[in-house]
Amino acid sequence: MSPASFYALIGVGLFVIGFYALLVRRDDLTRILSINVMGSGVFMVLIAAADGVGATVDPVPHAMVLTGIVVAVSATAFALALSLARERAQ
Amino acid sequence: MTTPIERARHVIVVIAVLALGALLGIAIVGIPVGGQGLALIAAEALPDSGVSNPVTAVLLNFRAFDTLLEIGVLLLTLVAVWALGLRLPDAETLPASPLVNTLLRINLPLLTMIAGYLLWIGATAPGGAFQAGAVLTGVGVLMRLNGVLRLSRSVLRWMAIAGLLMFVAVALAMLAWTGGLLQYPVGSAGTWILVIETAATVSIATILTALFVGQEPGPREERP
Repeated sequence: MSPASFYALIGVGLFVIGFYALLVRRDDLTRILSINVMGSGVFMVLIAAADGVGATVDPVPHAMVLTGIVVAVSATAFALALSLARERAQ
Repeated sequence: MTTPIERARHVIVVIAVLALGALLGIAIVGIPVGGQGLALIAAEALPDSGVSNPVTAVLLNFRAFDTLLEIGVLLLTLVAVWALGLRLPDAETLPASPLVNTLLRINLPLLTMIAGYLLWIGATAPGGAFQAGAVLTGVGVLMRLNGVLRLSRSVLRWMAIAGLLMFVAVALAMLAWTGGLLQYPVGSAGTWILVIETAATVSIATILTALFVGQEPGPREERP
């Protein structure tokens, strides 16, 4: 098994752990966190996919992950704000 | 505590999740290795991109439209959070102490300088607007936690939209100049990328810090 597929499998593992928590947990905070863990798994798969032969590294997945991290952070902030707003409304 | 039905449901969830994991794992391992993907195409076009860091070239030249939209997504998130109109209690600030003040006095300029360095080095090495923006966000959060972050609402708004405005302005200018949206003229691509990245850094840092704060400051008050 190449190092790249090892990292990709770890990424799948993270995704699955996050998905499990998303399904079984009920509170907002844990769910938001679990979606973040799933996202980290996807990022890891993408980074592993960027590994090419020899020294050539595909920059496109790297750029996608860089973009994805920023979007994930802002989406998390929005989710937290929504959760807070819902809690206030109750 | 748990009823048998709940326990059975839990077992089903565990089995389903494990099956999903196995399926994804098989799919991942089955991807043919040694593929070049877009690496070769990107490497061939790199000399024309105006920068020598392939990731920056992809982000702000080859796929600059994606990045433009992404800055738009960031701005949208901030608008959405502000639209919720949360009224948060004044966040606790760190207790003022000579130690914290001295540390901040040393660290804040240093961090700002590091952000500038990351922005500049992005053309040739890992770095760029996002990394610089993240470090600047750290500056903003530290300032916020110490109660020294004060920006009027209008300044904050302008800083938040500066990145998108600059990006769209450059895109339209390029459309008029070279006939292609975000298609930079040969030779000056590096300059345009730096112009966009500088504005984007300010906006990314402002938006992320404002998201941390969580509510829009009042019209004439100081930023909470």
